[in-house]
Amino acid sequence: MSQIVVEDLVKRFRISERDPGMMGAVRGLFRRRYQTVDALDGVSFSIEPSELVGYIGPNGAGKSTTVKVMSGILVPDSGRCEILGRVPWRRRNEHVKELGVVFGQRTQLWWDLPVIESFDLLRDIYRIPRVEYVANRDEFVEVLGIEACLDVPVRQLSLGQRMRCDLAAALLHSPAILFLDEPTIGMDAVSKIAFREFIKRFNEERGTTVILTTHDMDDIEVICDRVMVISDGMIISDGKLEDLRKKVSIERRLVVELEDGAVPAVHPRAVIAGSERGRVDIRFDPDVVSATELISDVTSRNRVRDIFVENPPIEELIARIYEGQGR
Amino acid sequence: MSGVLDSLYVYRRFLGVSLRSQMQYKASFLMQLAGRLLVNSGELIAIFVLFDRFGSIGGWNVYQVAFLYGIVNVSFAVADAMSTGFDLFGDMVKSGDFDRILTRPRSTVLQLGGQELTLRRISRLTPGIAALVFAAMNLELDWSLANSGLLLLSVAGGAALFAGLIVLQATLAFWTTETLELMNALTYGGVETTQYPINIYRPWFRNFFTFGVPLATVSYFPSLAIMGVPDPLGTPLWFQYLAPLIGIGFLLASLQVWRFGVRRYMSTGS
Repeated sequence: MSQIVVEDLVKRFRISERDPGMMGAVRGLFRRRYQTVDALDGVSFSIEPSELVGYIGPNGAGKSTTVKVMSGILVPDSGRCEILGRVPWRRRNEHVKELGVVFGQRTQLWWDLPVIESFDLLRDIYRIPRVEYVANRDEFVEVLGIEACLDVPVRQLSLGQRMRCDLAAALLHSPAILFLDEPTIGMDAVSKIAFREFIKRFNEERGTTVILTTHDMDDIEVICDRVMVISDGMIISDGKLEDLRKKVSIERRLVVELEDGAVPAVHPRAVIAGSERGRVDIRFDPDVVSATELISDVTSRNRVRDIFVENPPIEELIARIYEGQGR
Repeated sequence: MSGVLDSLYVYRRFLGVSLRSQMQYKASFLMQLAGRLLVNSGELIAIFVLFDRFGSIGGWNVYQVAFLYGIVNVSFAVADAMSTGFDLFGDMVKSGDFDRILTRPRSTVLQLGGQELTLRRISRLTPGIAALVFAAMNLELDWSLANSGLLLLSVAGGAALFAGLIVLQATLAFWTTETLELMNALTYGGVETTQYPINIYRPWFRNFFTFGVPLATVSYFPSLAIMGVPDPLGTPLWFQYLAPLIGIGFLLASLQVWRFGVRRYMSTGS
């Protein structure tokens, strides 16, 4: 049986509506109007041990709700969810022991204390055997490069340092499954790279299953083998990253900043989508012309000040999936 | 059994962390403590001023009222300092920090109870203990084992009851995100009310604090027994001895309501 089984999960939220103004507030006390929102509208998937799964979709599509159900925080209205043979919300304490959760926006470390004290406290909360704790801690500290952070109060860390410490904290108890909810949001480039590399490596060495929600296609590209796309509470695509790419033929962007006054000239198999004040937006299909080929081509034809490759935002990707389905 | 011991160990670790966090801001802590001590001592002085004018209240002299004041305030100080996690719970729901608590393999009660032991809230302890010592020096009390035990039980019952009220207040945060002044009226108002003998109040008010929210029950009746004063309301001695247990029962019932609230939170996500 799969490690994670989710079947036909449905979750509706009732959101109370209030008329604006003082009178609306008073009226709301007596008669509330509710609006029903389908956060999950029949979500099904299954995940095998040690898979690296990206879970993407626009805001409000149901990503967080799914993660909350799988974490045992939220009980669905109907449907089945079993993780390691357990129903998350029925046996919360046993379930969450197998789980590491990193919320990008919030730290689980104790704000005013040195990082090492949070680690020690988590050891006691999770009842981690001492040998295992020391081995894990020392390994993560070294690989994530957080040695210098250990004696610093969390509130004094930079976001990137803090997130690396948070990641270590979530893994101290060697969970079988790791949920990462928008982990790289606001992170500096160096931290992002360290973070992604660590996750890949950790997955390879320990076989930990990773489920990652993100807005950053680069996260997905580096970390994930499989991508699930959710929109309006439904999974609209689930499969290998390459397959998704083939299905919707994701264009990529090359943004080039030219030395002043230069007129852009470009490779015949790429398209100039826009150009503004020396900043040229080039679209290309990586299957037709590779990024390296295009970059050397552009730099040979133009006087280039700066150049970088961008993935299209997730919203665009989803729009393309819908187009492909003829919706 | 080992589970209970382990929980107690984690609770102690939580408290240690909380105390060390507070010590990060020593100056701020000391100023707040001094300010609160001033306020709380002022209340005690007001009682003395009152008695200087009237001599006695409801047949109780200043020493007897000081004794009752001591029990109520020590109870509340202990409960207030220990339940901070529940007190701040509304904010945790709003910020999503409660989700984090649910992803840890420990009971929500242990985690919130251990969230913070707020030292500055212990400021009430000082005038409370001072009042108890003052009363004990002037009243000829029989410090038998039974009476000493009853004093401890009364403080424990009172603390449990106040803690129960704070837990109930926190539970309301599952339903409404507005802060509820009603519950503050019960806790702080309850302290103000029950530090005087309840026989001075009108019956409906007295009954509310005896049967509804039994704050008077856990402090007033045991005080009578310890001081050896017959109850003008006519309760038997055995009742006065057992009355504090009602506070503990109240806390257990509140925790049941809390668990119900947690289940509701998990099914509505708000």
